[in-house]
Amino acid sequence: MKRLRPWLLSLVGFLASFLLFFPILWMFLTAFKREEDAFSFQPILLFTPTLQSIAEAWTRSDYFLHVQNSLIASLGSTALALILAIPAAYAMAFHPGPRTTTLLLWMISTKMMPPVGAVVAVYLIYRSLGWLDNIWGLTLLYAAINLPVVVWTIYAYFREIPAEILEAARVDGAGVKEEILRVLLPVAVPSLASAALLSIILAWNEAFWSLILTSAQAAPLAVYVASFKTAEGLFWAKMSAASLFAVLPVMVMGWVAQRQLVSGLTFGAVK
Amino acid sequence: MALTNVLRRRKPFLAPPTFWLLSPAVVFLVLWTQVPLVLTLYYSFQRFVLVNPDLRGFVGFGNYLSLVTDPAFWVSLERTLVLVLSSLGVTLVFGLALGLLFFQRFPGRAWMRTLAISPFFVMPVVSALIWKNMLMHPVYGLLSWLFRALGLPPVDWLAQYPMLSIVAMVAWQWIPFATLLVLTGLQSLPWDVLEAARIDGANPAQEFRYIVLPHLARTLSVVAMLESIFFLSLFAEIYTATSGGPGLATTTLPYLIFLKAFAEYRIGVAAAGAIFAVILANLVALFLLRFIGRNLRAEAIG
Repeated sequence: MKRLRPWLLSLVGFLASFLLFFPILWMFLTAFKREEDAFSFQPILLFTPTLQSIAEAWTRSDYFLHVQNSLIASLGSTALALILAIPAAYAMAFHPGPRTTTLLLWMISTKMMPPVGAVVAVYLIYRSLGWLDNIWGLTLLYAAINLPVVVWTIYAYFREIPAEILEAARVDGAGVKEEILRVLLPVAVPSLASAALLSIILAWNEAFWSLILTSAQAAPLAVYVASFKTAEGLFWAKMSAASLFAVLPVMVMGWVAQRQLVSGLTFGAVK
Repeated sequence: MALTNVLRRRKPFLAPPTFWLLSPAVVFLVLWTQVPLVLTLYYSFQRFVLVNPDLRGFVGFGNYLSLVTDPAFWVSLERTLVLVLSSLGVTLVFGLALGLLFFQRFPGRAWMRTLAISPFFVMPVVSALIWKNMLMHPVYGLLSWLFRALGLPPVDWLAQYPMLSIVAMVAWQWIPFATLLVLTGLQSLPWDVLEAARIDGANPAQEFRYIVLPHLARTLSVVAMLESIFFLSLFAEIYTATSGGPGLATTTLPYLIFLKAFAEYRIGVAAAGAIFAVILANLVALFLLRFIGRNLRAEAIG
């Protein structure tokens, strides 16, 4: 019994992970089917894989526009969030004042506000600025949405760095800029990477704001894929092929960042 | 020691301009999150219909009144609570079970855990499409095939059990989140206490009931609070899978506000609904923030 236990657990673990992963696997498989095999009365497990559906999805003239929009929105917002977050996290971690905790809590609280609380106003502001269906407008918004997570992740890491490292640099006559750029950032690469990964994943998968603020020109992949909710949704192979690229890259990022994800999304409430 | 003392004392003179380091982030956050919130509050007291922009002006609590006298509002509030509470229950139970499972040592644990948490990284729009079409389609879906194979009558999930279907999709995506948090919480399990209990002859059920579960209480309450906040804002799944229907069966508060604002163009009423949504989320967020704040302060001192 004692020796059997790990293998029994393995079996249970396999069943659980298989059940949870199955819908994703099924979508991946469907992406390599022909349309008539995908939409069949009996599920077809053995089939000759074809790249036909993927080729069809990718050669649609606007597919790469949506890929490009997703890339701009997720990478651009992450870059902006990092630029804003690094000085703020530095100030809070190494030069805390009496109101630092309150400030940090306020930042975190903006992440807890429901998006519907702001949607009407943001929509009207963007409309009057001419930013509707504009990918840069969406990018700025994503940067604001993910800023608290990025600040928190970097701050939590900075706090672990002994202040002596900075003091040594300061004695050598380094200014704030040198302190951050030459001393702090090289040490903080892991935390910057995990903050960036988290922010990219969140921005890439976001759907509420992109559905409301974009249409044809600035629609990221999430909005494009959502268009399959109508009659086009019956083309399962094409739908899966279009979803493949929308899912796979961020899923791999998620696998890499699974540990940092907990800290970033719970703001240190679970340890 | 003496040197660090000197440095500490000189710190104020060397202190960088904290204000200039913090203000870009703060100003940016205020502009994109607080200003819209204040504007929403303002709109909620305005007569404001997008198709008739001339008819604007202060209406006091008029929008709130028209909202609370609309039966759809109360339905949506009830639907929201059903969605949040059922998704919460399912994800907590399965997240706890899976967390405990993947905490054990067994061959293949690492990659099995990685596969099991994958649904969390799938964009909600895609999840909804997979479930709606490939799994729950009344004729061609896998579940319908499974039911036929078992000799059961096929079910049109989204038509017959719309809320249950949405809960299934949401739970599928969020069980991994709960699992990850439970796994993190288990890392600090007090091994000495567990060891002592074993020596005293406690069985696994007693260990779980009296040591593991109390230890996880904190983690589970954080999961519950965080998930409540996220679930109160669920939108993509409903937009993609059911569009709030059939009827109002899956019209939650966020979706109702979306309809009021972008289908009926009644900005004032939508804003009033949004204020309700903010209050609802804040009821949970206040507890969570207090929790996070206590941790932050404890660490700032210790």
